[in-house]
Amino acid sequence: MTLAADAPTMSRQSPVAFWAGFGIVLALLIVAPLVLPEFWRRFVTEILIWGLLAMSSDLLIGYTGMVSFGHSAFFGLGMYGAAAALLSVRPPSLWLALAYGLVAAAAVAVFVAYFSTRLRDIYFSITTLIFSQIFYVIIFTWTEVTGGENGLSFRRPALAVPGLFSIPFDSNTLHWFVLLVVTVSYLVLRRITQSPFGMVLQSIRENEPRTRAVGYAVERYKIVAVMLSGLFAGLAGVLYALQNRFAAPDYVFFVVSGEVVIFNVMGGIGTLVGPIVGAAFFLLLREGFSRFFTEFYLIPVGLIFTAMVIFMPQGLLGFLRRRLNA
Amino acid sequence: MPVLLDQILIQTINGIVTGMILALVASGLTLIFGIMDVVNFAHGELFMLGAYVGVTTVVATGSFWLALLVATVVIALLGAVIQITTLRPLLGRDPLTTILATFGLSLVLQNYALWQFGPVARKIPEPISGHFPLFYLDYPWYRLVIAGLSAAIIGALWLFLKYGTYGIWIRATTQDRVMASAMGIPVPWVHTAVFAIGAGMAAASGVLFGPLVGVNHAMGLDWVLKAFIVVVVGGMGNLGGSIAAAIFVSLLEAYASLWVSPAQAVIVSFVVLILTLLFRPTGLFVPTPK
Repeated sequence: MTLAADAPTMSRQSPVAFWAGFGIVLALLIVAPLVLPEFWRRFVTEILIWGLLAMSSDLLIGYTGMVSFGHSAFFGLGMYGAAAALLSVRPPSLWLALAYGLVAAAAVAVFVAYFSTRLRDIYFSITTLIFSQIFYVIIFTWTEVTGGENGLSFRRPALAVPGLFSIPFDSNTLHWFVLLVVTVSYLVLRRITQSPFGMVLQSIRENEPRTRAVGYAVERYKIVAVMLSGLFAGLAGVLYALQNRFAAPDYVFFVVSGEVVIFNVMGGIGTLVGPIVGAAFFLLLREGFSRFFTEFYLIPVGLIFTAMVIFMPQGLLGFLRRRLNA
Repeated sequence: MPVLLDQILIQTINGIVTGMILALVASGLTLIFGIMDVVNFAHGELFMLGAYVGVTTVVATGSFWLALLVATVVIALLGAVIQITTLRPLLGRDPLTTILATFGLSLVLQNYALWQFGPVARKIPEPISGHFPLFYLDYPWYRLVIAGLSAAIIGALWLFLKYGTYGIWIRATTQDRVMASAMGIPVPWVHTAVFAIGAGMAAASGVLFGPLVGVNHAMGLDWVLKAFIVVVVGGMGNLGGSIAAAIFVSLLEAYASLWVSPAQAVIVSFVVLILTLLFRPTGLFVPTPK
């Protein structure tokens, strides 16, 4: 009885609090580049990009219950797709970079999704990991096309709408552009998780055999989930390529996938916002510790992460899960 | 370049030698998975740290065989510490959490090695320097010794599991954790011991492998991936299957590297893994489940 009595009040009050919080955070992020020094401005933009990647993986980890260890493949293909567009087409176009990156990531995602979704639990994790390594080896050794170990570097295109305006990216406009893309992606992902489709994903997470028994084509839902996730990961890759003006094989390596899982666990899976917070927390820890430990910052960060897995499985925002999904 | 019969024979021997080391790494991994559902992502790091302890001991004492022993014992103890502090609290949770925890540990251990030993690869001198003629090559005896030693260690493990009292405890815990506990077997300590044994075996293979290529902080990554492939292809938790799979995968890679670079030959084993998972997810080298 108490549960039933609580439920309506929750659903009546939470959305207001949620959208108020959303508005405040968004406003802060819009103002951020105007008040922050150059280094931190870049830092916040980077958090947003990694946050988008982590969010895309949360769709699988948090909502469908599949831990992907292969998100670096989608991210990396997004980067290389953008690089291909910016290097091969003159004049370089931002929109073409986005399109190429998304197509590349989607193509890889179809392939990976088709094979990996037939497997469950750790077998899914291992398969995605192996797939990302296959792409890593191909990119690393196919030097004529991908630049091999050195990767590809290129110039940033202008932010332009043909016939309307064209302004070169500086760190402010880049930040706002990234913020816009990430915000829209967040809203879309949130909508997806709350749609009937998203409900089926969550029901797969809770009880896969029962979902199948009810009559849903579980495999098809999983394939679509992996593809959507891969698409958003590719989008993050394009943004990262734009920010850093290069594509490098290091970003296809599975350690990046591992970091994405770390972002999710640190921030709290199944919340979409949590992974962004996790990415921010991780990057701040890295920044803080690399002052003392230089490049060995992963020693304390790894210890903190391991301790969080044991003692704080909900992550930083896990306790807010109900409100964030309101 | 036409491939000659003697090249194929040489690659067969190379493949078996690498396969035996891989089998030693993977049997520890599969033992740990089979008994406690732990996917040990830090296994490659234990292999790498074992090699480093080996390097340090060889430099200090000059004896390779002492180094092999010291590395095995030290890393086994480290494994016990890791199991008690990190994995014991995770007992009964989703196996995925063990991947996460051991992944965190692997970052720590790898960067510790980089910090402690630096980025320059170290080399362990070969304890046996003789060669014998093999077609157009002088093939080092040491490689055959490695294969033999790995087989001996795995054989000893098998005998221990089959006939030793504690081995029987381990097998009992695999079959039924609760029942074993009811029979008075100290299950938590069996887990610790198994993890220590697996870690020690990884360290031993690290020392044995050290003379073939340099020892560096990133070598664990390659090996843990290969060991995962072998464990899955051989059937999770199946010792015999892992050994067969290790040799199978290494042979395929050795043959593939006749045509493509070794870096690309890795793809062959990736493909074997994916095909196995798709068509025979219980493993290639296990009897068909009824």
